[in-house]
Amino acid sequence: MRSRENAARVAILVFVGAAVLIPIAAWLRTPLVHARVAEAGGWGPDMLRARAGEPLLVRLTSDDVVHGFAIGQGDAPAVDVMPGRVSQVWLRFDTPGTYTFYCTRWCGPNHWRMRGTIEVEGGQAPSAVPASPPLFQVLGIDLDQPHPAAATPSARPEAQRGLALAGSQAQPIDLSLDEYRAQSPAAVWQSWRAERSLAGLSDQDLWDLVAYTYTSTISSAERNESAQLYASNCAACHGERGDGQGVFAEALTQGSLAMGGTSDMGQTAGPVRPADFTDPATLLGASPALLHGKILRGGMGTGMPMWGAILTDQQIWKLAAFLYTFQFNEEPAS
Amino acid sequence: MKPRSMVLSTRGMKMLKKRGWQVALSTVMLAGLAFTAVAGWIGTPIGSRNFAIAFVWIGWFAALIIILIPIFGRGWCSICPIPMVGDWVQRGAILGPQGSPPRGLGLRVPAVLRNMWTQNATFALLALFSASILTSPRITALAMVGMFALATGLSLVFERRAFCRYVCPMGGFVGLYSQVAPIELRVASREPCAACQTKACFNGSAEGYGCPWGVFPAGLTRNNYCGLCLECLRTCPTNNLAIRLRPVAADLAVPSTRRDEAFKSLLMLGSAMVYAAVLLGPWSSFKQAAFGIGSLAWLVYAAVFLVLVLGLLPGSLWLIGRFSQRLARRGEPDSRANSPRARSPFAAFATPLVPLGLAFWAAFSLSFFLTNGSYVLNSISDPLGLGWNLIGTAGVAWRPMLAGAIAPLQTAVLLGGFIWAARVARGVTARLQLPSLPLIGFLFLPTIVMMWLLT
Repeated sequence: MRSRENAARVAILVFVGAAVLIPIAAWLRTPLVHARVAEAGGWGPDMLRARAGEPLLVRLTSDDVVHGFAIGQGDAPAVDVMPGRVSQVWLRFDTPGTYTFYCTRWCGPNHWRMRGTIEVEGGQAPSAVPASPPLFQVLGIDLDQPHPAAATPSARPEAQRGLALAGSQAQPIDLSLDEYRAQSPAAVWQSWRAERSLAGLSDQDLWDLVAYTYTSTISSAERNESAQLYASNCAACHGERGDGQGVFAEALTQGSLAMGGTSDMGQTAGPVRPADFTDPATLLGASPALLHGKILRGGMGTGMPMWGAILTDQQIWKLAAFLYTFQFNEEPAS
Repeated sequence: MKPRSMVLSTRGMKMLKKRGWQVALSTVMLAGLAFTAVAGWIGTPIGSRNFAIAFVWIGWFAALIIILIPIFGRGWCSICPIPMVGDWVQRGAILGPQGSPPRGLGLRVPAVLRNMWTQNATFALLALFSASILTSPRITALAMVGMFALATGLSLVFERRAFCRYVCPMGGFVGLYSQVAPIELRVASREPCAACQTKACFNGSAEGYGCPWGVFPAGLTRNNYCGLCLECLRTCPTNNLAIRLRPVAADLAVPSTRRDEAFKSLLMLGSAMVYAAVLLGPWSSFKQAAFGIGSLAWLVYAAVFLVLVLGLLPGSLWLIGRFSQRLARRGEPDSRANSPRARSPFAAFATPLVPLGLAFWAAFSLSFFLTNGSYVLNSISDPLGLGWNLIGTAGVAWRPMLAGAIAPLQTAVLLGGFIWAARVARGVTARLQLPSLPLIGFLFLPTIVMMWLLT
């Protein structure tokens, strides 16, 4: 009887022990990247390691709401990360360096804080090309200072009308790429207003010419691509119509986007409403270089995230050009 | 009401008397409990995808309410893993009846606690936190480990199963509704028990240990407090015990006189309504309040819940009782002091709440299970949310079962429960020589509310 009793004890210990240890062992052997809204910690872990040229399997699960996973500056489509389910994606990096992964879904007010990095080591480092500073730095633009337009149109400028006017002028009216990027629409309008050769054009004619100039720097396809980028990444705060009334704008101005009860980014800048691109004084005073810099670097202490790690330089320039469509009509007014 | 027949053949009874199968089943359940706690703690926090929530609260709970209790009564208690280790440690034996020496202090539970009030309190406490327990795998895991630890700890301090008898929130619930089950464990005849010198069923013998529920089987008239551990089948020297079939709800023929049981019935009835409102209702603010433990909204929710189950419902039933007495005394000479109807019928009036409460819980569980049952399949295939697909059902999309039939089914269950409760009410009031209409009216009101909440 004693031996049966002991055998029963051992059997129970083994059986119940297996029920505990097997899932724990399986859990330890199944590394998952957990996605949580930024308020609950964001990605966990938020730093992954890979070897250049070698495939990396990333298995993702969400601990709360639906998230998306994508690599910044990459072409691969985003992967949906569903609550309680496991998604997986194979990644491969040919060049060593630090890559950013981020959430592509508006998962919560601090959605844009959901970022992590992948450290890729080994392989051959890219040939050292001296990095050129961003244009706003070259031009000495202070991104954090207000930049109100010195002049604004009385009616919404028409790019199509500007195109017709440009064709009717004796001398071509255009800007080089460098001039376009360095100057705000208002500054260009002022310089054209001062030109004698254009004295015969009304103020609104000149604004139409400016509208044509600033909207013609990207093709229709590029505009559509930029519109999608804007909808995915900017509209949550700046609003679908660029009016600064995005779904998270209210929370931003009330400071509730702050993490851990502190003000944004731990600074004391106070509530900041997302820029209103439909306000002529705001957008027409901003040069493409300034907009590029804001997007690239983010608005320090304002809640505006840094997009330099997510978007390519070309994407940022196109996005800056797209923003002017909130001020200018591209199609003839009906 | 006489039992109709023996449930089991002699061969079946012989098998039941062996303890090995029960130990084996309990061990499987214990492993299941351990696995559930681990899954709850380390698995995905998404409740619908975690075994601890999906299997336990959607699958097991629905099975308990809809099948196990109505058919087997306290059958679940006979293999429940929560008190098992404490039981084994207390006895110092697993397969045998009694090791030597037995462990633990073996104290008697103080008389003031030998009732259902503590169980009522633990259930009410559980109900206040239920929104979190039922949706958060970690809290479910903590609750399970906590109950297991408490059961084991109490076994070392008190004699027999103090946890099951007086503390377990589920035990009171299962015990209450086990009265409707069509099976019972009873003595075949009381004479051998009266003549029995050893009372081995209560005190234990070489064949088995004394009733861990502290029940003397010869005195059993209801299923409430018999945990169907089956030890008395093993210890009875005259084979005087049997599991029998009987008419459904036979225990309710004689109304209860215990106020703790009456409050249990009312607590269960009110909880079912609150659960239906919180978990299945459309009121997001109510839901948020139930989830916001510690917040002002939650305090309001807790206060409303407690006022409902401890004040409004009992108060109404008490008033209905008094009103019924007044109606019955109309035209009679003033004989209040000597009348058999002088005592408040509050406890007896709670008797019909047993079938009604069971119907409430069954209707609630039907909706919960049929709507969310697909999550059980997901959680079995991938219990921790690690991306497994053990039985090929991890990817089964959420889809309510019998969606069009849920509301009619619930209505049928609730109406059936009401009719059943009304019949019990008529029996109770007839015994007390009181009019039945006020009590039936009292039963009708929550039935309508529950119907509105669920359909």
